Amino acid sequence: MAENVIGTDISPPDLRAKITGRARYAEDFRAEGMVFAKLLLSPMPHARVRSVDTSAAEAMEGVLGILRADELPVQSEGLREGALTDEPKYEGEPVLAVAAVDETTAAAAVEAIRVDFEQLPFVLDPLESLREGGPDAHVGGNISAGRGEFGSLKWPASVFEEAGAEKLPMGEAPAEWTIGDIEAGFDEADVVVEETIVHQSVTHHPMEPRSCMAYWQNGKLFLHGSTQSTERTRGGVARMAGVEPDDVVFIGEYCGGGFGSKISGSPIMAVPAVLSRKIGRPVMLRITRYEENYIGRARAGFQGWAKMGFRADGRMTALDLYLVQDSGPFGASDLFTAGTVATASYQPENMRFRGVAILTNTPPRSAQRAPGGAQIVAMLEPLVDKAARELDVDRLEIRKINAPGHDGWLGPQQGPFTSAYVREALDLGGELFNWEEKKQLSGQRNGTKVTGVGMGLSPFTAGSAGRDGLLVIRPDGKLYVHQGIGNLGTHSIADTARPAADVLDLSWDQVVIVWGDTSKHLPFSTVQAGSQTTHAHTRANHAAGTAMLGLLQELAARELGGSPTDYRVADGRVFRAGNRAAGMNFAEAARRAIAAGGKFSGGVVPEDLNDATKAAVAGLAGEGLIAAARDNYSRGGSVYTWVATFAQIELDVETGEVEIIDLASTTDCGTVMHPRSLAAQTNGGVFQGIGMAKGQRWVFDPKWGIPFTKRFYTARPPGILDVPLSPRFAAVDEPDPHTPVGAKGIGEPPVGAGEAAYVCAVADAMGGLCLCRTPLTADMILAELEGRPRPYGLLETHV
Amino acid sequence: MAVMRDMIPPFELYQPTEVDDAVRLMRQHGDKGWVLAGGLDTFDWFKDRIKRPEAVIDLVGVEELRGISDGADGGLDIGAMTSLTDVAENADVMNRYPLLAEAAGLVATPQIRNQGTLGGNIVQDTRCWYYRSGWPCYRAGGNVCYAATSQSMNREHCIMGASRCVAVSPSDTAPALVALDAEMVVASTSGERTWAAADFFIGPDIDIERMTVLKPGDLLARIVLPAPWEGARWYFEKIRDRKAWDFSLVSVASSLRVEAGMIQDARIVVNSVAPYPVRLRAVESAIRGRAPSEETGQMAGEIAVEGARTLRHNDYKVALMRNLVKRSIRDAA
Repeated sequence: MAENVIGTDISPPDLRAKITGRARYAEDFRAEGMVFAKLLLSPMPHARVRSVDTSAAEAMEGVLGILRADELPVQSEGLREGALTDEPKYEGEPVLAVAAVDETTAAAAVEAIRVDFEQLPFVLDPLESLREGGPDAHVGGNISAGRGEFGSLKWPASVFEEAGAEKLPMGEAPAEWTIGDIEAGFDEADVVVEETIVHQSVTHHPMEPRSCMAYWQNGKLFLHGSTQSTERTRGGVARMAGVEPDDVVFIGEYCGGGFGSKISGSPIMAVPAVLSRKIGRPVMLRITRYEENYIGRARAGFQGWAKMGFRADGRMTALDLYLVQDSGPFGASDLFTAGTVATASYQPENMRFRGVAILTNTPPRSAQRAPGGAQIVAMLEPLVDKAARELDVDRLEIRKINAPGHDGWLGPQQGPFTSAYVREALDLGGELFNWEEKKQLSGQRNGTKVTGVGMGLSPFTAGSAGRDGLLVIRPDGKLYVHQGIGNLGTHSIADTARPAADVLDLSWDQVVIVWGDTSKHLPFSTVQAGSQTTHAHTRANHAAGTAMLGLLQELAARELGGSPTDYRVADGRVFRAGNRAAGMNFAEAARRAIAAGGKFSGGVVPEDLNDATKAAVAGLAGEGLIAAARDNYSRGGSVYTWVATFAQIELDVETGEVEIIDLASTTDCGTVMHPRSLAAQTNGGVFQGIGMAKGQRWVFDPKWGIPFTKRFYTARPPGILDVPLSPRFAAVDEPDPHTPVGAKGIGEPPVGAGEAAYVCAVADAMGGLCLCRTPLTADMILAELEGRPRPYGLLETHV
Repeated sequence: MAVMRDMIPPFELYQPTEVDDAVRLMRQHGDKGWVLAGGLDTFDWFKDRIKRPEAVIDLVGVEELRGISDGADGGLDIGAMTSLTDVAENADVMNRYPLLAEAAGLVATPQIRNQGTLGGNIVQDTRCWYYRSGWPCYRAGGNVCYAATSQSMNREHCIMGASRCVAVSPSDTAPALVALDAEMVVASTSGERTWAAADFFIGPDIDIERMTVLKPGDLLARIVLPAPWEGARWYFEKIRDRKAWDFSLVSVASSLRVEAGMIQDARIVVNSVAPYPVRLRAVESAIRGRAPSEETGQMAGEIAVEGARTLRHNDYKVALMRNLVKRSIRDAA
């Protein structure tokens, strides 16, 4: 395969617009006659609307309409979230929307509305809901019983009494699986470690709130929004608006951060869509930072317990895991991923996973960059260190001993991986960080500062298959790569197009990326989530590139004589092997393809394409030489990426403050597509994880059920001064053998690696003492060092 | 009436260019007026529609409130509208009062320091999140403190000086100015009045709805740094959860005059432990005549936290305050 593009740095096509400020996000669009909407949010964590008096608002000049929950095609019911609701299940859940000529009027109108709320019982802490007589988040119960139904799960008081204040209570667990024999595993162990561990729930806080603007023309809905995925957002918008996907044009060229919170749009998009239809005017709904805190999604927190057994040689013989998940009001699936991810780190000889997911009256959960994975890695890695100390095995070594190789396995089904260069990544990290020397610094004191070093190894799913690629060579001679994936700032719209250019041996400046607008004929794509995109769409575009190569050869043979195999393609030409002059350039090929019609210009398409791709091809038919193909390459197992992060910190024993001195990360993510972007993705994820461990918070008043960390300065995501200026990075860069380009995803695993490296380094500076909770703030550290009372109970959440 | 946030309601805007006009407008509008400096405190209140003045008197155009100049008695005068960046980067401030330069340079972020003013940083309101969320607490004119109950989230709140309200002073420059024995010059329609920095900040026992002596109609015009503390040894430290855009959990500011290895005189001030910057007079007298050593610092720290009363989640502040006071003596340079 040609190597002209893959593995080199490029400037993605959206970069200039972002740097110069010309990139237009959803909030920047205007339409003729556009008006503004504002939301009325629930003031209580759980309530029922008894009555609403909108008369004063409606009488105000400039007020154009009010949208209530019962006017929405998708209504809030049970575990299904609507954009508006008459039974809010968290403080800040939108109840209704007002449209007015400007925001000032809309805001004043919202204030003039009288809502009579009936206050209902609420719960923030899952363990409180599990107690007999404890409150439930929904009127119907506190757990999902499947198919949108509720159940109620309560543990007898004895479960709580047995646990006491220092250990997680562990009653009946609806989710359970085992590998081998857990008791036998512990019997075989020379060292057993055990901890109760809390991982916080934390909001997403993307820079761009989920503002959206909608208008209708001739029965078609045009919606500008912020999304991670483009093609896969249209269906959701159509459902929310109660129309067919063909009647939706979704536009979202830029996304100011998603992190799993905007996978295929947001429920709130229904508000401008439906309100605009109701009042016959384009409606802009600008979501504020304060509102984003409520409706912007969050990571599910865990209250957990883990017990690990190791043989003297460092091999993990048993892992016993129990997790209580804070699912928010509508559920979360982090819990189920967490146990699986643990197997990808340690390959325990025997394992038991138990878990319970409890609904709470806190803002909705969704995926957040390695959902379940980041939490479990940050929770378990300090225990591995604890065992390594007891066993006197090097901390890097114990991870290598337990890490999977290519014959490794994943999850309770113990299926294979496509590739696993984990030990290689750990070795590379050890060299990059200089682990052998750095570990000697552990515990060294300089004035009031103690050095700690630690590492975290973080696996996460990194691919999927079976999507479509769609390419057009137009009469201008350029290759147009139609991308149905979104553009959330990861460069994947450009990077996943590169295999098509490489297969055609085409220079990158001849490639045009088409993205961000469903009217531009986009193929069936993955949701831009689960770190799938790099893997899935390098495959799809490789398949489409190969199809395009075949079409060029066939077209040349048809037009110029000979057989297709006589022809080669390079540098924007198709020509006879050994005679570059005997052929035609891409512009000529496009013109001839249009004239030839049929399969050359979209008249006939492969049967196995997804319907969305077929429709896209039909829309483009006759515009050039068109190749569309489904990714039918074999998979060969679960696609996983591993990131190892190493951290050196200094802990000030007089203040509890921690400064990160050095960071180094390495990864096995297969072939490196785009080195600069890969390093940025990895370091960004590492920082995000460190933020979650170090100081980012989601604090609620437990008595009133109301959050306080509603703005950046109170929520405290990390800033650039909180991390070293020059974090180091390297990749193993070994191709995954089960995918044509060899590349796997990278978006998610860095988060857990950074978070774990940080908590392990802090524990190291404290002589191996794990405080076993996130966030791990200066007050908690100082209280421990000074022997003062713990600022929070061992199992307290939202601190 | 439903709650609406993050949307500034309309108001009348006045932009005077003279102090006389500004104080006349302030008097005219009384408690329905609002003085706007850099806006960093103001716009949070406005966006949340909790403070809803009818008239906003914007000081941005009042040139005489801006700038740094030599004072009458050998010190330095700083106009209240001088930006925090200008304070932190001014050569005179850096050379003669590095304690203030350091404190001003640790406020928030570069953007906020460019926009924020020294006067605004001094007179800003507390960040107690119950109060700032619009809850009807004592400080907001109600009759309860939501932050002091057994369930309250009060990690950031008082360990001393509380009186019904347990909110703390958030200012970084306030403790530095008290440690430098600065004077606050307040203008009003009845002329100028000068307050010692230590008396300028008041606790809830004096007035639960204000954090300084300023009443409606009073304008902090300039800050006077006195000559006597020029060139003294100093120390400033601000402990916070992240290194930018964060208020202090506890901060300390000290000025020490050391001769022949012994402390001759000292001013030591701690902030974010009480509703006002706390000057530690008992510590100051206890350390006079002693070497600025670890032992002296240790003793000072113990004295400093005597009588501290913790809330549910802020016991750590006792240890933090004790240790910072120790450092402010041991590590002063």
